[in-house]
Amino acid sequence: MHMHPNVIYKKETPILLMKSRVGKFKGKSMSAILFIEQMLNGLQFGVMLFLMAAGLTLVFGVMGLINLAHGSLYMIGAFAAAAVAAATNSFLFALAASLAVAAIAGVLIEATIIRRLYKRDHLDQVLATFALILIFSEGTRWIFGSFPLFLDRPDYLAGTVALPFGIEYSLYRLTLIGVGLAIAVGLYLVIMKTRIGIRIRAGENDREMIGALGVDISMLYTLVFALGAALAGLAGALIGAIQSVQVGMGEPVLILAFVVIVIGGIGSIKGALIGAILVGLTDTLGRFLLPQFFSLFLENSTATSVGASLASMSIYILMAAVLLIRPKGLFGGA
Amino acid sequence: MKLKHILMAACAAMISTSVQAEDLKVGMITTLSGGGAGLGIDVRDGFMLAIEQSGRNDIEVVIEDDQRKPDVAVQLADKMIQSEKVDVLTGIIWSNLAMAVVPAAVAQDKFYLSPNAGPSPLAGKACHKNYFNVAWQNDNLHEAAGAHANAAGHKKSFILAPNYPAGKDALTGFKRFYSGDLAGEVYTKLGQTDYASEIAQIRASGADSVFFFLPGGMGISFLKQFADSGVDVPVVGPAFSFDQGILQAVGEAALGVKNTSQWSKDIDNPTNAAFVESFKAKYGRLPSLYASQGFDTAKLLISAMDKAKVTDQDAFRAALKEADFASTRGDFSFGSNHHPIQDIYVREVIKEGDVYTNRIVSVGLENHADAYASQCNL
Amino acid sequence: MKKEMYLNIGLMALMLVVPLVAWVSDEPFWITLATRAVIFAIAGIGLNFALGFGGLVSFGHAAFFGLGGYAMGILAYHAQTYTPVFEWPFLLEGSKSMLLIWLVAIVVSALAALAIGALSLRTTGVYFIMITLAFGQMFYYFSISWSTYGGEDGLPIYVRNEFPGLNTMDPIQYFAICYVVLTLILILVHRMSQSSFGMMLQAARQNEKRVQAVGQTPYSLYLVAFTISGAITGLAGALFADLNRFVSPTMFSWHVSGEIMIFVILGGVGRVFGPLAGAALYILLEHTLGGLSEYWHIYLGALLLGVVLFTRGGIYGLFAGREVAHD
Repeated sequence: MHMHPNVIYKKETPILLMKSRVGKFKGKSMSAILFIEQMLNGLQFGVMLFLMAAGLTLVFGVMGLINLAHGSLYMIGAFAAAAVAAATNSFLFALAASLAVAAIAGVLIEATIIRRLYKRDHLDQVLATFALILIFSEGTRWIFGSFPLFLDRPDYLAGTVALPFGIEYSLYRLTLIGVGLAIAVGLYLVIMKTRIGIRIRAGENDREMIGALGVDISMLYTLVFALGAALAGLAGALIGAIQSVQVGMGEPVLILAFVVIVIGGIGSIKGALIGAILVGLTDTLGRFLLPQFFSLFLENSTATSVGASLASMSIYILMAAVLLIRPKGLFGGA
Repeated sequence: MKLKHILMAACAAMISTSVQAEDLKVGMITTLSGGGAGLGIDVRDGFMLAIEQSGRNDIEVVIEDDQRKPDVAVQLADKMIQSEKVDVLTGIIWSNLAMAVVPAAVAQDKFYLSPNAGPSPLAGKACHKNYFNVAWQNDNLHEAAGAHANAAGHKKSFILAPNYPAGKDALTGFKRFYSGDLAGEVYTKLGQTDYASEIAQIRASGADSVFFFLPGGMGISFLKQFADSGVDVPVVGPAFSFDQGILQAVGEAALGVKNTSQWSKDIDNPTNAAFVESFKAKYGRLPSLYASQGFDTAKLLISAMDKAKVTDQDAFRAALKEADFASTRGDFSFGSNHHPIQDIYVREVIKEGDVYTNRIVSVGLENHADAYASQCNL
Repeated sequence: MKKEMYLNIGLMALMLVVPLVAWVSDEPFWITLATRAVIFAIAGIGLNFALGFGGLVSFGHAAFFGLGGYAMGILAYHAQTYTPVFEWPFLLEGSKSMLLIWLVAIVVSALAALAIGALSLRTTGVYFIMITLAFGQMFYYFSISWSTYGGEDGLPIYVRNEFPGLNTMDPIQYFAICYVVLTLILILVHRMSQSSFGMMLQAARQNEKRVQAVGQTPYSLYLVAFTISGAITGLAGALFADLNRFVSPTMFSWHVSGEIMIFVILGGVGRVFGPLAGAALYILLEHTLGGLSEYWHIYLGALLLGVVLFTRGGIYGLFAGREVAHD
């Protein structure tokens, strides 16, 4: 709708009222409170990325599969939640639906398609799951139409809470941080302490071995895939409540989740958590600090624009830097 | 790519046998798949509604999906001009696609009627005698928001937009009319969906108001998060984050927010009332401003056909220029650069029954023309 | 082997006949479609050189495609406005000459591929896929916010650039240019794949130790392959920009990287002519499926899925036997 190039014809400077109204908001906003609030924002973003990245990294670690369609499961979770929330008015039902529907979708595609890809090379996996994105995106649009859906956080999580040092922070975002960290702990316990977890770890280390041990591999694979799908679906619903539930919402998140697992080291849950928080903080603080940094020596409009450009590239620069120092990510296998 | 609905107006049975020489063929290139499809579908539906209501069977419309990709749009335009031999092109939603298609199309002696995009070059130095914009010049709604900020007594606005040309022009357009101070000026990432960081800055800046231009899903996210942040200052934006299609997805968070638009469903004139009624009856949803723009575009085309044949380019152009049609917006005329001179309203988001919609609260800018007309040599 | 040769010849003939028939029967749009297929094929051939022969799965070739496009856009833009591109360290004027633009596109994308390759090749496997994707994304976001050349709106170039003795605005003549370029690239790539460098590269893909044993480092082999690969894809980008008379950041998007990869896989990884078959089929599918439904992406997705799951080795695998010719 609204994008105009001032490319070929330089526009005249806005005629009327563009005087020196800049410069008033430079130094002051860098207060400590704002900085802490931005750290919380970065943490919240990172924790949600972790929910996406955990499934991705598990599926890769155990089955050796690159799943581009992971973002579609995020979208499916959000749409399922929006549909159920509209019908029942209950946020908890909506979350349950997001988990269930995404897990079912995960089981279905695992059993029909994904299973055939485990032994293929990465190239085939990339193409097949790219094809799945096309099918899921347009299929969702076919069912739900072309307009974004409504999904809101429940009223009991509305508003802000007062934290120490006079920080006022969104209750819902604080809840997201709590839920995300709880899931991280839960996942850690499942993988370290349960039989399923032992098998998953065995699968990561030596795929042939666990077959020899008499574990039903295809069952285990389906389970791992469903778990990853359910986490992605839950993330979609939780985030959908404060963002926009629309077709294609999974793609930007998917790319970020890949950045996360590559930084963390593919297959490592711990790496996914640390990578996610690193990416969350880098992105949030980059967007916040870089424009201020450039405004130290550039005119304000230019500074915000240059700073914003660099901020949008910051996580990719972070990823390239990590890989140059540690080509297998921070916690990647030997 | 070739979403080839060849839709013939009125009676489909007759056409196959009697395609007359004086039939007018319209090529509509618009976005019908992917994330931005809602806008294209509205423009298409509004346009086709007007064609249908006219009862004419001498208009043929070829509709194709550009997938919001500039190279696809260029290819479709080539196809429409070279193979379909259309007389008039229309339909493009996005300015970057318009810039890729329009200059080449009008240079090949085709008419182009823009139902949505209004990039500044096409209003200024790159204006063309065969290019008519039926929507607005891109800056118009932001300018009205600036004027409204003054009227509402805002003295310290925080302004934000995505970091791309339209975003920069939006802030420039706002500042062109706004006379208060700025509490901050932030460019966000295009496609960004989390605004916690920006909202924290708004809170810290002590702003007394916020102006934002974040079209589509970006706006939905921003409004929901802003409403939940506890920052209690008035928000103003252009209608692109408040159209009928996305308001339902924002929900309560949008209630009471002021936004600027050249159209609203409660503009009081018979054409508009009939349009809203018939659109609702046919498609089962309320029309958006995009639908009204599509509708007006078709009405303009039909009004010109009543006066001249498209083969007589000079006469047809003169007929278009007169803009002799009943617009859903009431008064409507073209400036010297073939861009609208029209009122821009300030609207407020309200809830009617279960549906979120807008109502007009004041006129932001009266008989407003764009800032680039003087650069156009027409 | 023999079957593959027949398929190659048939394909080249088909790509020539379709536009010629379209030209005679005055259906210029089919010429445009064929030109598009030829250009995409060149981009795919570029990727195939790294991917098929070197086993380097790059998910960031849009970077080179876009750089080639912007090389054209920026040079033509400055020629249009009579301003120099830069004056330091040497004066570079804008240009409307296709030959010069191609040269710049090749050099710029080769340099970028050299730099990206030098860094990315320190990693392998999925890490390589993802780091190339990251570099592609950097270019994408940079181009969106770089307002000098239009940012997200892109740069319209109103008239196609000039080629000595030809009217490039005539669809059939522009097709001819692209077809000749395709042929030259095919010959070049075929020669290279048969050269000692090509042999060594393919040996390295299969077993790095074998190459090290004869005193070659796989790293430098890969780097040279990646650079050549980027340069070819960059040339395709310049041609594509001239076809549309327009460049924009969408050329850098990861979807483009994915599409180029699809051309290669559809045709058959490691087959010299594979990307031509892949690109032609893809364009044809896009064109015909679009007529079926508003939701045609579903059909496209299902078809691609079918190709991956049931026809290993793409079109060439299906029609010309399983084993890759150069193994």
